[in-house]
Amino acid sequence: MSVLLFTTLIALGSFLAGFLGALTGLGGGVVIVPLLALVFHVDMRYAIGASLVSVIATSSGAAAAYVREGFSNMRIGMFLEIATTIGAIVGALIAAHVSTATIAVVFGFVLLYSAYLSVRTLPVPPVNEKQDALSRALHLDGAYPTAQGQEHYTVHRIPLGFGLMFGAGTLSGLLGIGSGAVKVLAMDQAMRIPFKVSTTTSNFMIGVTAAASAGVYLARGYIDPGIAMPVVLGALAGSMLGAKVLVNAGTKTLRFVFSTVIVLLGIEMIFNGFTGRI
Amino acid sequence: MSRAMPPKSTPPSNWDDHHIELIIGKLLRAGVLISAAIVIFGGIVYLVRHGHTVADYRTFHGELSPLRTVTGIFQGATQFSGRAIIQFGLLVLIATPIARVIFSALAFARQRDYLYVCFTLAVLAILSYSLLGSSLH
Repeated sequence: MSVLLFTTLIALGSFLAGFLGALTGLGGGVVIVPLLALVFHVDMRYAIGASLVSVIATSSGAAAAYVREGFSNMRIGMFLEIATTIGAIVGALIAAHVSTATIAVVFGFVLLYSAYLSVRTLPVPPVNEKQDALSRALHLDGAYPTAQGQEHYTVHRIPLGFGLMFGAGTLSGLLGIGSGAVKVLAMDQAMRIPFKVSTTTSNFMIGVTAAASAGVYLARGYIDPGIAMPVVLGALAGSMLGAKVLVNAGTKTLRFVFSTVIVLLGIEMIFNGFTGRI
Repeated sequence: MSRAMPPKSTPPSNWDDHHIELIIGKLLRAGVLISAAIVIFGGIVYLVRHGHTVADYRTFHGELSPLRTVTGIFQGATQFSGRAIIQFGLLVLIATPIARVIFSALAFARQRDYLYVCFTLAVLAILSYSLLGSSLH
């Protein structure tokens, strides 16, 4: 395949991934690595390198829209970024020492888990009015706008959330993904942060987390400009368009289709990993 | 808009959390657009020169790439190599969230929330370790 055709096809695939990822809220990063590795037979290391930089682009590009309504809490974000960035470096270092087949298998399970999370609606945690002393000490308490005015909230189980965030960072650094799903799980389910605050703050954290492993990736030669160029530009354009049409799209069917694709890719990643074909 | 309250004095109104977040949002978007423009430019140079060659990324030989280090990228970019210009654009992209962290440190200092100045500097130290420790040879 010529470089021109290869670049065009990868740009189109990444555009679609970014578009569907933004539209369904599942993020495009999770399908870019399988797309590159399974369809274009790109080495896993180049694939996760390109995916990681595209994650920085899509999350940073969307940040302006996410902060507009005032849901995000930059203190929660900054505090938890200590955990995610350390995790990201650990993940990137692990990636350098395990086989690409192992990475493929772990990736496959993360894909299955993401798909599971997207179809299963998690229980809405009961509102816990009790003040958390640690949350107060760390200035994490906040407020967000609702129809009834400002709603105050406090953050719970901070050590657990911090630990989960370290795990989210490690996965991000190991697999070159944003791991937004794990971040939201940690904030929403473990720390009982209101959902809207969790999702918007999580987006904020993805770029910084990815930047932490990007340094390690760059030094190890995982970031190849020939692959990263079409992936970054395609995913960025796709996610920006996806965010624009988000409002009037019937996302339920799309979510189902996209989740099915994720499941199939996950199974194939695991299969290829176990048979050593990746 | 009242947000998580800094502990001591009230910050000047244009330094409240929501206002800072709006500035950060714009900062990130600007960084992404600048880097995308550089990547597009480098991509055109690269495709014009190498578009007809055969693409092969099945085997990994990234450890041999001169574009693994900041100095290597700068050298290549000054020689007008398309691949090096793309990589420089990606470097700007990676630097964008780091710029955000630096700006946050200044904002927290302005709010006199020194606990968060410390947290932010910790994140900055981790990022510096990753980028400078591993790629600035």
